[in-house]
Amino acid sequence: MSAQESERAGETILDLEGVTKRFLGLVAVDNVSFEVKRGEVFALIGPNGAGKTTLFNCITGMFPPSEGRVSFDGRDITGYKPHRVAFLGIARTFQNIRVFDYMSALDNVRLGQHSRMHAQIWDAILKTPKARREEAEVTERAHELLRFVGIERYANSFARNLPYGAQRRLEIARALATTPRLLLLDEPAAGFNPQEKVELMKLVEKIRAQDVTVFLIEHDMRVVMGASSRIVVLDHGIKIAEGTPQEVRSDAKVIEAYLGKSA
Amino acid sequence: MSGLLAILWVIYLGAEDPAGLIATLVIGITDGAMFALVALGYTMVYGIIELINFAHGDVFTLGGFLGLPLLGLFGITSGTKFAWVYVPILVFVFVLVMGLNGLVNITIERVAYRPLRNAPRLAPLITAIGMSFILEGAMYLWRGPVSLRFPNLLPDTVASRFTSPAGHFGLNSGSTAAPLIDIGVKDVAVVISTVVLVILLSVFINRTKLGKAMRATAQDRDAAQLMGIDINRTISATFFIGAALAGAGGMIWALYFNSIRFDLGFTTGLIAFTAAVLGGIGNIEGAALGGLLIGIIRALNERYLSASWSDVVIFGILIMVLVFRPTGLLGMRVPEK
Amino acid sequence: MIATLRDPKRLRAKLRQWSRDPYMVVYGVLFVAAVIFPPLASFATGTSTLTGLAADAGVWVLLAIGLNVVVGFAGLLDLGYAAFFAIGAYTYALLASAQLRSSPLHQAVHLPFWVLLFLAMFVAASAGAILGAPTLRLRGDYLAIVTLGFGEIVPRVFRNDPGHWTGGINAIGGIDQPTIPVCLDGPWSQGDDFKLQFGAVNCSFSLSDPTAYYVLMVILIIACVILVTNLQISRLGRAWAAVREDEVAAAAMGVNTRNIKLLAFGIGAAFSGFGGAYYGAKLSLVSPDNFDFTVSITVLVMVVLGGMGNIPGVILGALAVYFLEFKFLTDLPRNAAALANQVGLQGLLAPNAATSWPGLEDFVGRLNFLVLGLILVLMMLLRPQGILPSRVRAQELKAEGAADDTVFDARAGQT
Repeated sequence: MSAQESERAGETILDLEGVTKRFLGLVAVDNVSFEVKRGEVFALIGPNGAGKTTLFNCITGMFPPSEGRVSFDGRDITGYKPHRVAFLGIARTFQNIRVFDYMSALDNVRLGQHSRMHAQIWDAILKTPKARREEAEVTERAHELLRFVGIERYANSFARNLPYGAQRRLEIARALATTPRLLLLDEPAAGFNPQEKVELMKLVEKIRAQDVTVFLIEHDMRVVMGASSRIVVLDHGIKIAEGTPQEVRSDAKVIEAYLGKSA
Repeated sequence: MSGLLAILWVIYLGAEDPAGLIATLVIGITDGAMFALVALGYTMVYGIIELINFAHGDVFTLGGFLGLPLLGLFGITSGTKFAWVYVPILVFVFVLVMGLNGLVNITIERVAYRPLRNAPRLAPLITAIGMSFILEGAMYLWRGPVSLRFPNLLPDTVASRFTSPAGHFGLNSGSTAAPLIDIGVKDVAVVISTVVLVILLSVFINRTKLGKAMRATAQDRDAAQLMGIDINRTISATFFIGAALAGAGGMIWALYFNSIRFDLGFTTGLIAFTAAVLGGIGNIEGAALGGLLIGIIRALNERYLSASWSDVVIFGILIMVLVFRPTGLLGMRVPEK
Repeated sequence: MIATLRDPKRLRAKLRQWSRDPYMVVYGVLFVAAVIFPPLASFATGTSTLTGLAADAGVWVLLAIGLNVVVGFAGLLDLGYAAFFAIGAYTYALLASAQLRSSPLHQAVHLPFWVLLFLAMFVAASAGAILGAPTLRLRGDYLAIVTLGFGEIVPRVFRNDPGHWTGGINAIGGIDQPTIPVCLDGPWSQGDDFKLQFGAVNCSFSLSDPTAYYVLMVILIIACVILVTNLQISRLGRAWAAVREDEVAAAAMGVNTRNIKLLAFGIGAAFSGFGGAYYGAKLSLVSPDNFDFTVSITVLVMVVLGGMGNIPGVILGALAVYFLEFKFLTDLPRNAAALANQVGLQGLLAPNAATSWPGLEDFVGRLNFLVLGLILVLMMLLRPQGILPSRVRAQELKAEGAADDTVFDARAGQT
């Protein structure tokens, strides 16, 4: 699959057309359109309350957009349920970490592989050789993923007992376990110190190198500038800029949104 | 759509037999008033802490159970008939029962629900079911499995008698004399006392400081706390008022039907909860409207279909409303997810 | 598993591992107790009545294991569990008695017990699916009230008897009793008065000895425990745990939350239906009054007392509540009266109309509601993880900053 993915690099993987989300008269996302290309690290930035997470929720089916269209890999996925979106290959993390606190780190990652497993109820009840083999493979892969994000030593700890940074990494491992082609990261570096941020950006690059397109939300512009190839800037639900980090950095509207009118 | 059909059906019934329909509606409105009193407590508690207080139906029964010995203190026994001297006593006992009931409910909240306020959602729900069994069990232990006879303190006289507008549609031409429709003093008393209580409640909630605190807490507990509202006190007040109304409901029920049993609150509570859901849980006006509608539906069902099916019909409505319109008729909270 | 048993070295290692696992120890103790109970009981009392009671307790154990899948694993509060019990019982009663002769069908149906046991399971599970499909997307407390409503509707429908199928309040009697191979009676069996001859084959069946029911029940429970434990540690069990904790995150990870909840609901209903069929067969009588809310609550109390989500705990809880409800509290009035006689409080025995004292026996006989309620409330307040908690629940309910850092790998004892 990954060979195929890299061959098609540069094609559009996610396409948003006029996506709008209203909550009881409040417009959280207003007619936003952009494309994410296969194989890039794409960033969505904007001040607090700009509607970034709402946009993620519209993409991943947490709620349908009020208007507009979301296409993934050429397929219209507007209004799809979250589990279908995940099955099609979009995984995500959450801004306020949502690991399964009372499952082990290993089980968190094993759960991520749920939709890729084939054991049916009878296999599960009777523990057929097929189910055992599959469990063994899933466990092996879960260990690999924990190693990949660098928290393998916590494999058997309850997720709630992991340190903060490890929980963020666990969420990424769990998302990767769904074998996504597009990974949405919602402020993955929130609460990190500069050193940790650098490490996280290395991890993001490692993920991209595995032919997973990365689409991340970040609050901190400096973090994003180094890591991403293209950026969209959202302010009050409206797209105010799009382009390479250099283009965005020098955009007057972006500066205004971040520093206020006086600047 | 189904509402339209129901209304057409009622109009048809009215055309066929106006006297019967009006008599049925009177029963429905009277019962509905009592359901509304209980429904208010469910909706208020749900509005403020999002808990289905399963014990509320039994708090309603407790009202009647407390009222009987209190009336006994004034020498009123199950054989006593209506006399004007009893009216002030009755009012006094009502107030006393409402207060006692409120205190019981505050205690329940304090002991059983408050420690679990931040626990997983299932915990307070299971505790509420347990509380319901404890209350029922206590009343069972106290009075046993028999129906208690309640004094008939409301006059059995007819408040208003009028000739039915029969024959307007020319459908029941068989009967020569137009039948008389009686509305008893009892029915009028039940409806009036309910209306008075609901008005008092709405004045309290909309005009007083505590009422405002309750509305604020219901909308956003954290924000209310930040604004300096004492959350615990506000929640206690909600439980107190809910139980006071339910206690009044229990007294009214017992006075109207002259009998009360320890397990009355289980079914009645579920019917009242249906009323609260039908009106839109968390919504005070909705609970009153829902109670009235459920009372009328129940009375119509009992007269024109079959009494043994009315619980089935009402619990069916409960499931249907939750599935198809979880916000109820008037709406407020979205109970999904 | 079999390879392990053949190799003494591996077997010893396995046994050592089990002896350190409290769950396996509980299972071991329960199994030994189950084996020695019938001879011990018949030796002590001279009859097999106690064994029969224990077999009845087994039905409740099965019900509790089933409800535990719904409440403990998937975190769905099902308050209408008795409805599925009723559906199972009526499925058996209708298809294994003369009842349908007086129905619009005009034809009695007598299907064999073993077929009906599974049919009842299937019918109950289907009813669960029909109720669950539209309602499982509702929030937890709304689901609870919907199931409560359903639990009230079903017995009323059986009582009202639409179309004259169920016999209404007259109940269905004369239900076929199952035929169980006599070998299940075991060497301690007492009754062999109902033996039948099947043609040339000398094949004995016993219909009457409670010991046969008991042995059958123990076998069924062992099978269910193994199968449900498999389920718990499978991908489905993991998905249930995830949905219970955070439905949104589970859905985002590709779990079809509605289907996985429906599965738990259906499995719970199937257990209940199975129990219902067995119950109908054992009692040979099914009446609409046997399935009220108290039944649902009793099973819930068993699960809560034992520890939600934890199979050995739930078994202990079921046995404890069964003993409390059907032995201790049933015998209590008589025992209390005897005690009062002994300590010279005979005055309490007679009812007194003036103080509305119903007499000691009556009074004590009214305790069961209160006891059920107290168990629920006290357990939720003081020991919400149950008498034998699952490790996960113990963690969930422990205060912040718990020290226990390692999780027990449920697979360790199994593979």
